[in-house]
Amino acid sequence: MRVTVNGEDTEVRARDLAGLLSEMEYAFTQLAIAVNYQVVPRARWAETSLNAGDQIEIITPRQGG
Amino acid sequence: MVTFYSKQFSSRLLIGTALYPSPAIMLDAIRASGTEIVTVSLRRESAGGRVGNQFWELIRELDVTVLPNTAGCRSAREAVTTAQLARELFGTNWIKLEVIGDDETLQPDPVGLVEAASILIKDGFDVFPYCTEDLTVALRLRDLGAQVIMPWAAPIGSARGLTNRDALKLLRARLPDATLVVDAGLGAPSHAAEAMELGYDAVLLNTAIAKAADPVKMGQAFRLAVEAGRAAHEAGLMGARDFASPSSPVVGTPFWHAVS
Repeated sequence: MRVTVNGEDTEVRARDLAGLLSEMEYAFTQLAIAVNYQVVPRARWAETSLNAGDQIEIITPRQGG
Repeated sequence: MVTFYSKQFSSRLLIGTALYPSPAIMLDAIRASGTEIVTVSLRRESAGGRVGNQFWELIRELDVTVLPNTAGCRSAREAVTTAQLARELFGTNWIKLEVIGDDETLQPDPVGLVEAASILIKDGFDVFPYCTEDLTVALRLRDLGAQVIMPWAAPIGSARGLTNRDALKLLRARLPDATLVVDAGLGAPSHAAEAMELGYDAVLLNTAIAKAADPVKMGQAFRLAVEAGRAAHEAGLMGARDFASPSSPVVGTPFWHAVS
């Protein structure tokens, strides 16, 4: 299915958020995720199903002022 | 001591973590500044990336309080979600709320800012709104429950200092109970001292230290300036006058004689 990950149109096999992270080889530390502008707490990554067209933001700490 | 949402700090200097020549210099500059609060941002992590992890390990070495920001957000919706992501990531209700209205000046969008602040305060956040020096916007933010208000001195990274001193002075007079922080536009320690002399509770800056030829020494310079400005405010500054007033006694001046 096609979803948008960090602004990029992406084809994924995964059916849930945790599966998507594994498929895209993300580390599971220091990440926060929003799907369609809704934050999904870490504890719910495995049970959160993906739907075609979802907008997924995968966020991490960075330098800032 | 200065209070930010019931937490007390001795340092009145808040520092950003961006633009330093190296991670090691960032750590040394932040330590030299004596700051107890640093700002960080949130950005997209690329697939397989570990950038966020590495940066976070550095920040943890500092043992300081982290103030995440919503830098780069251009709507209330983006800022609200970014704040909620920050709460998830850092385990803090603190958020430096930025909603940008213009790309060239990075001027805060007052409409989006008030809208986002309203949503986040109801959601339990301790909001540190980055705003212009506009009095009405500051009053609205206070009325919504913002205990900290952070007006700019000048555009971010511009190093111009207090470009609208009278308005900043008015904000201090009209918001005597708010924790007021001058955020952005400071280029020199003297600018920070001037803000503190006006009675501001703290200053927040990044570029002036990070982009100095010697960021570590500049961190120390800003620490001293903030301490000097605060001490001057507490001591009570004399008022300015149009004409001279001699400091040496007039009576007993040698060769003095009355003019008839």
